Amino acid sequence: MSFDQWLLAFHLLSAFAFVGAAVLFTILIVAVRKMDTPGPTVALAPVGLLGNVVVGIGSLGTIVFGVWLAISEDRWQVWDGWVIAAIVLWAIGSGIGARAGKEYEHGLHRARELQASGQTGPDEELLALNRTSRGLLFHTISSIAMILILIDMIWKPGA
Amino acid sequence: MRPDTWNYLLLLHVLGAMVLVGGLVTGAAALAAARGDARMLRLGYWSLLAVALPGYIAMRIGAEALFSKEKDLAPQLEDATWVGIGYIVADGGALLLLVSLIVGGVGVRKLRGGGGAGWLKAAMVLSMVILVAALVAVWAMGAKPT
Repeated sequence: MSFDQWLLAFHLLSAFAFVGAAVLFTILIVAVRKMDTPGPTVALAPVGLLGNVVVGIGSLGTIVFGVWLAISEDRWQVWDGWVIAAIVLWAIGSGIGARAGKEYEHGLHRARELQASGQTGPDEELLALNRTSRGLLFHTISSIAMILILIDMIWKPGA
Repeated sequence: MRPDTWNYLLLLHVLGAMVLVGGLVTGAAALAAARGDARMLRLGYWSLLAVALPGYIAMRIGAEALFSKEKDLAPQLEDATWVGIGYIVADGGALLLLVSLIVGGVGVRKLRGGGGAGWLKAAMVLSMVILVAALVAVWAMGAKPT
C-alpha cells in the first residue's frame, strides 16, 4: 500500500467521524426537544461529550489528511476549485457546528443548576433552552455544509 | 473512470454508511451510558432501529447498484480484496444488526416490567462489534489494499 492510500484511508475515516458525530448530535437534538426535567437532560451529557470528542477528531483529521493528500497526490492541487470549495465548506461546517454545540450547552447548564438546587420537576426555561431555535438553525446549516462537502468530494467539479 | 451519472449511487452508499456509523455510535453510547435508565435505553435502541438500520439499507442499495455497473467496466473488481472486505463486513454486519435489533427489541418490551437492561446490554455489545467492523470496511474502501 502506498503512502497516499494510507492518507486517503485516514481522510475517509476522519470524514466518517465528522459526519457520524453530526448524526449523533441530530439524534440528541430530537431527543432533548421533549425534555423539561433536569435528570434526563443531564443523562444525555456523556453521549454529547463523546460526540464532541468524535467531531473534534473527525474535523481536524478531515482537513489535515485532506490537505496533505491534495499536496501529495499529483492529480490534485490545493488550489483546485473543488478543493478550495471543500475547505470553505469545512470551515463553515466546523465553525457553525461548534456554535450549535454552545447553544445546546445552555440547556445542560440550566439542568445542572436545577439539580444542584434540588429541583427535579418540569421547568419551562429548561424546555425552552432544550428547544433552542438558534441551535437548531446552526446545526442544520452545519449539516448542509457537510453534505455539500460530500457532494463536492464525489463529483469533484472542475477536476 | 466512473461516469459522473453514477456518482449519485456512490453518494447514497457513502451517506448511508455515514448515517449507519452515526446511528451505531449513538446507540452504543446511549446504551452504555444508560445505567438502567429506561429513557436512555430506549434512545439507544431507537438509534439503532430508526437511524442505523435505514443507513445500512441505503449503504447496501448504493453499493450493490454501483458495483453491478462498475464490474461491467472493470471485471477485475470482482476479485479485489477491498471489495471482498466490503462484502464480508456488509453481510456479517447485516446479520449482527438484525440480531442486535431483535435482542434489543426484547429488552425494550421487558423495560415495561422493570427488566430488559441485560438484553439491551447485549444489543450494545453487538452494535460495538458492527461499528468496529464498519470502520475496518471504511479503511478498506479508502486504502484499497491488494
